[in-house]
Amino acid sequence: MSLLDFARGPALLVAVAVFLAGTAWRLGGVFFLRDSKDLSEPRRAAAWKGIRLIALRSWPRREFLAGSAFSEIAGYTFHVGFLAVLLFNARHVRGFGNWLAASTGSHIPAAVPWPTLGGTSSVVLSLIALVALLATLAHRLASPVKRLISNFDDYFSWLVTIAPLATGLVLAAQPGAPRPAGLLAAHYLSVDALLLWFPWGKLIHAFTLIPVRAITGMRFERKGATL
Amino acid sequence: MSANPSHPQELHPLELDQPRLAVKVPAERVDKQGELADAERVERAMSAFLRDFGRTTALYLESCIHCGMCADVCHFYEVTKDPKYTPIWKLEPFKQAYKREYGPLAPLYRALNLKRAVTAGELGEWQHLLYDACTVCGRCSLACPMGIDIAGMISQARHGMSEAGLVPHELWAVAERAAREGSPLGATPKVLAERIEWLADDNEIEIALDKPRAEVLCTMSSIEIMKYPDSLVATAKVMNHLGLDWTFRSDGYEATNFGLLSGNVEWQKQLTLKLINAAIACGARLLILPECGHAYGALRWMGANAYGKPLPFRVLHISEFLAEHVRDGSLKLRKADKSVTFHDPCQISRRGGATEAPREVLAALGVELREMYPTKGLNWCCGGGGGVVAIHRADELRYRAFRLKMDQIDATDAELPVTSCANCRQTFDDGGAHFKWNRKMHSLLELVAAHLAEPGQ
Repeated sequence: MSLLDFARGPALLVAVAVFLAGTAWRLGGVFFLRDSKDLSEPRRAAAWKGIRLIALRSWPRREFLAGSAFSEIAGYTFHVGFLAVLLFNARHVRGFGNWLAASTGSHIPAAVPWPTLGGTSSVVLSLIALVALLATLAHRLASPVKRLISNFDDYFSWLVTIAPLATGLVLAAQPGAPRPAGLLAAHYLSVDALLLWFPWGKLIHAFTLIPVRAITGMRFERKGATL
Repeated sequence: MSANPSHPQELHPLELDQPRLAVKVPAERVDKQGELADAERVERAMSAFLRDFGRTTALYLESCIHCGMCADVCHFYEVTKDPKYTPIWKLEPFKQAYKREYGPLAPLYRALNLKRAVTAGELGEWQHLLYDACTVCGRCSLACPMGIDIAGMISQARHGMSEAGLVPHELWAVAERAAREGSPLGATPKVLAERIEWLADDNEIEIALDKPRAEVLCTMSSIEIMKYPDSLVATAKVMNHLGLDWTFRSDGYEATNFGLLSGNVEWQKQLTLKLINAAIACGARLLILPECGHAYGALRWMGANAYGKPLPFRVLHISEFLAEHVRDGSLKLRKADKSVTFHDPCQISRRGGATEAPREVLAALGVELREMYPTKGLNWCCGGGGGVVAIHRADELRYRAFRLKMDQIDATDAELPVTSCANCRQTFDDGGAHFKWNRKMHSLLELVAAHLAEPGQ
């Protein structure tokens, strides 16, 4: 078995299995806990309306922007670029489809519209995401606050996130086809590493972001507190 | 738990003739309570931490991305630029305990020793960050992009510190006094009765005390009783003006809850139940909380949970009560020809939800309201909440934070700074005296009482 076959075969399967099981374990371990019931008389009965915090907290407050502008801009730039390439890069879309078919025997129905990004757009977006991610690392190293509160998780999560971006960019820069097997294997292995690490560190915030905002929003809304 | 079980009141004499009421500067600080081995302190802290790790707290602790955005909105970080004042960093031992002992990955962390066990040394070190350097104002909770309520967890972390006997000297002393005497600042039932008699005579006003039955139970904070007794008179004036069936009760008048501020859950509950039982005893349908920030949180939002069931009466902050009566037209006020800026007490406004009520009252007073920037739920804290104003060693840090507040108020150039929290007020008095500031904070309630319309007006 070649390195490429290993990376996109058993290694990817194991990585996906670890990703799914680890994420389920970590989230399950939290969501199966209980909170004691709040017996206070709510100021606002429709506490569920606090879920608007999901949207509200997505946009920085003018009053707080001075301290958060860099993190907001770099964070959004990275996330938008990364997700766009991950989900809409034409090769990725084709790859997901093939992988789904090979794994489950089912195909994405052709009727499902799924826009795709061409090679140039993907390269530009990847580059933007990569630069943003490099900037976040520079900021983490330069900021006394971030340096103090950072740990291994922050730096390792950064590494496994930038690796697929970097290897993908190098791949995209290769002229013609077929693409070099070694580079393709490196890209797959970096994806495997990302999936393997995902459940154990801060990357889990991808799944907790919305519940946390929703819960805080509802708790605060119940009291009429500032969202 | 007691630092010295014999005569703790003699060890912690009060200082009641200063701009800030507190215990006197201790000759020797005792920031550890009880004779406990370090291992036992850690064990007690861990047990208390673990009790607080419900679903929401666990979710919060799983979700921090270490972005540091909470730092820039914390007044203590803002004025020092010292990274240790980053709000989430103040929770480091709490986070560490969760990850190693409780979270879904805890077995992994322990087996591979990826998270060290919390030590007594760390807990001791974090005492400064959890008590001296946090007013639990909750501004950080509004800046967190994940939506984590950092301030709520600071209160939880204090539970563990209290269990471990690691509360700052003065905060523990006043909390212990409150549990023993019913008031942190010596406002015992006897003192209350004497003050009411004196104030009623001096002001020729009826101040109801210990009526067996009353529709409305009014409460006070010890700061008001001991430092701002005009608040008692103002309360009586308003209640009498409205013609309500009301009373103070000597078995439940002290709304200040240093159990909450120190992190002592038992004392918090004990002080809360006093108020609840007094209200039930006189058949009150409404309990009015005084101008005190944390008293509002302690009873309005945590009271029923301490009681174990919904409260059989309504609870309102005095500003909410005044606003209700402005709204229904029963509170008739004369116009106050002043420009005013309103300081939002964090626990009442930002975290308590009573943000518009004082503004409705100020509108009824016809004042020119000049809002600070930022204002309402985003307003800067006075720097003295959460028990910070009681801690002498925190003074220098608190004064630095207070400068922010002075600048904010000076920028409005309003004639009267007004607030609805006696603890904020004494923080302003103390900070103002320190900086020789030319402004003085005023009470919303007293402003209202001074502008009650005469019958027929």
